[in-house]
Amino acid sequence: MKAFLIMPSKVMARGIEGVFSDLGEFKVEGIVSDISAREEVMLKNMAADVVIVDPAVFSHSSRAMARQQISEFTDAAVVAFPSIFMDDDSARQYDAVLSLYDSPADIIHKLRSAISAPRDNVSSDGSELSSRERDILVCVAKGMINKEIADLYNISIHTVITHRRNITRKTGIKTVAGLTVYALLNNLIDPASVE
Amino acid sequence: MKTKKEIRFFSPDMKMSDLVEINYRLLTVLSRLGMPAGFGERTVAQVCTIAGIDTGAFILICEMYSYQGYMPTDEALKAADPLSVLRYLHISHSFYIEDGFKALEQLMNALVAPCAENQKKIILDFLEGYRNEVEKHFEYEETVFFPYVESAVNGCLSGDYSVSTFEENHSNIEEKLSDLKNIVLKYLPAACSPRLANDVLYALFSLSEDLEKHTNIENHVLVPMVNRLEMKKECR
Repeated sequence: MKAFLIMPSKVMARGIEGVFSDLGEFKVEGIVSDISAREEVMLKNMAADVVIVDPAVFSHSSRAMARQQISEFTDAAVVAFPSIFMDDDSARQYDAVLSLYDSPADIIHKLRSAISAPRDNVSSDGSELSSRERDILVCVAKGMINKEIADLYNISIHTVITHRRNITRKTGIKTVAGLTVYALLNNLIDPASVE
Repeated sequence: MKTKKEIRFFSPDMKMSDLVEINYRLLTVLSRLGMPAGFGERTVAQVCTIAGIDTGAFILICEMYSYQGYMPTDEALKAADPLSVLRYLHISHSFYIEDGFKALEQLMNALVAPCAENQKKIILDFLEGYRNEVEKHFEYEETVFFPYVESAVNGCLSGDYSVSTFEENHSNIEEKLSDLKNIVLKYLPAACSPRLANDVLYALFSLSEDLEKHTNIENHVLVPMVNRLEMKKECR
């Protein structure tokens, strides 16, 4: 099993490596101290089974969405290993939460069950936009909000959000303004229809 | 307690020319702080004194700039002057607006020149929208946060504002830049010159790297410095 570590503390990363080398089964495939565009690309191109992340790498405001951010780039289980205090709400988004005081056996156990738990497959559907994703991208580019898009296609807001997440993962474009440029350059919309 | 010696990458006693050998990208930092090449045998500390910048702060900035994921220690933070850090951030703001963006806009204009009129407009409008957003972001820091830091240094904290308000409002200005990078890298109209596209990409990558360091200095150097000042004064 391959693990990818995202943690600023070298001591914590070394600790995980130590646990793995003592108990086998898992192997550290990469360690990074931060999560930016470069690390996201690494994550995307590595078939990791589990990502172990210290939530301290996320800024205050993005911590609640941390798991989602990682899942945009990998199907791996995402496990938190916090060096800082983490509230219950933030903890819930992860497949498991390790503690600095867990025994090595506990850590392996938690990782094992995190990996075997069912998850939505995010990146199995290729990298070209599907026709439904293109439809939704057009709506976003025209300035429609999620609720309006959901009503138009008779789907739930949750589904709209999933489509939008996939659009961002495939194109690499995160902002509405950026998606509008994409839609216009690819002739998906008429320039006159943009507000 | 004296036995534990902290490992630092740069030191006040090393030659400034050696510091640049270690990481030539620091030339950007040096030029912003008014430290032109021609250092002779002068040390980092000497050059800092001439430029009127605190050596501790300068070294911290260089370390943040050179090593990804570097987190300054408490000692390093204590040894650095917040006002010097502030000065660097302030000069960087004007650098981004007056040099970074101007250069990028010129390159971008040349790049999209052969494109269809509407495509040209879309891309240039996006860039302009982004510049406005960044200007607003900087303006908030210049008019609200930086003055607050100054008053914290001078020991007079007042009002409801605190560094945590800043942290909560510190928006991500790199998202749109990364979008632009992806648009040029992946979806550029075929009419554009590949050589100019490379120039634009170099400019985009280096600007986004620079902004990332800038944000890191704000979040991991300036914010903890102000946190300490707030605690010392114990007033809010």
